Amino acid sequence: MVEAAQIWQWLSEVPDPEIPVLSLVDLGVIRAVEVMDGMVRIKVTPTYSGCPATTFINLDIEAKLRSKGIEKLQIEPQIAPPWSTDWIKPEAHEKLREYGIAPPRPGQPYCPRCGAADTELLSQFGSTPCKSHYRCTACLEPFDAFKCL
Amino acid sequence: MFEFLLRMGDNTLVLGHRVSEWCGHSPVLEEDIALANIALDLIGQTRMWLGLAGEVEGQGRDADALAFRRDAWDFRNLLIVERPNRDYGHTLMRQFLFDLWHHERLADLCLSDDDRVAGIAAKCVKEADYHLERSKDLIIRLGDGTPESHARMQDALEAIWPYTGEMFENDALDQAMFEAGISPLPGSQKPRFDAALEDTLAKATLKRPENGFARKGGRKGVHSEDLGHLLASMQFLPRAYPDARW
Ligand SMILES: [Zn+2]
Repeated sequence: MVEAAQIWQWLSEVPDPEIPVLSLVDLGVIRAVEVMDGMVRIKVTPTYSGCPATTFINLDIEAKLRSKGIEKLQIEPQIAPPWSTDWIKPEAHEKLREYGIAPPRPGQPYCPRCGAADTELLSQFGSTPCKSHYRCTACLEPFDAFKCL
Repeated sequence: MFEFLLRMGDNTLVLGHRVSEWCGHSPVLEEDIALANIALDLIGQTRMWLGLAGEVEGQGRDADALAFRRDAWDFRNLLIVERPNRDYGHTLMRQFLFDLWHHERLADLCLSDDDRVAGIAAKCVKEADYHLERSKDLIIRLGDGTPESHARMQDALEAIWPYTGEMFENDALDQAMFEAGISPLPGSQKPRFDAALEDTLAKATLKRPENGFARKGGRKGVHSEDLGHLLASMQFLPRAYPDARW
């Protein structure tokens, strides 16, 4: 019989559809995994209400677990408490930086390229709902920064 | 309770659709992206409110059925959200006045005795927070901008102002929701709204209209012709092809 720890392990191999360097577990959207009488129950929280990736996240979870032979599966949305960028795992911050996205921090983000603190907001919304667009005033490169939520 | 949830969900649905009409037409790329994202947030919030409304109603209607298979007189949104976009100044002023009200409303609902309502509100208020931050910033920049932008923002404020009165109306349904511990009375938000409004308008060098006339009816299903046009375009596809799937 499969154990919850194994399910968590498999889910940590499922990339986020929009930021593939992060896994769903890194992102903090998997809120609970329960295994009871052979039924796997997973609670998933949306990041932003309007995030189009939410549907794909559920499909990806299902595809992964089916490929591992899980037959009885239930994926339930969990709205409360609301997702927060604080739930992004600390080790994921480094992965984001390497990918060119400034990880969330209160106040101005640091430039993910040169590390400078002198950055300016270009647009509150970036390429996806979860990011804002910034420019580094030291190296002049534009970059995306994770919005604090 | 069903009706109360429609009032919440129809506001975000109709405004979300209105804002999405700018997609591909905004004055600059950043604004286009911002409005598209705000529209997405609002539609996402709608899914939660109307989803719960369908559950509470218990007739097997889900959020899609409620969004696409109701007629104008069944909608319970505030009239302000169905106002046409007109120029960018009008769009932003409508957004600002709505965000100001919406943010306070959601903050109040976070304290609802109903866990489902409180849960949805807690999720939405985080988004309303950055929506308000953005629209406030733009109102100040454009109001306190060039003589042209100032005149347009003042004009937009005069035009949309009469639609704010309805936000603070307390009717029998509000009273029932209040007594059930589900929602504070909308009218109780008015002093907070006024204080925040005064602050932003002062920074934007805009003048609050003297006109106290309020246009009402949206919350009871009495709408302007504009809502009919909006629904015609929003509902066309699922009504023409009832079994259409993405
Ligand atoms: Zn830099």
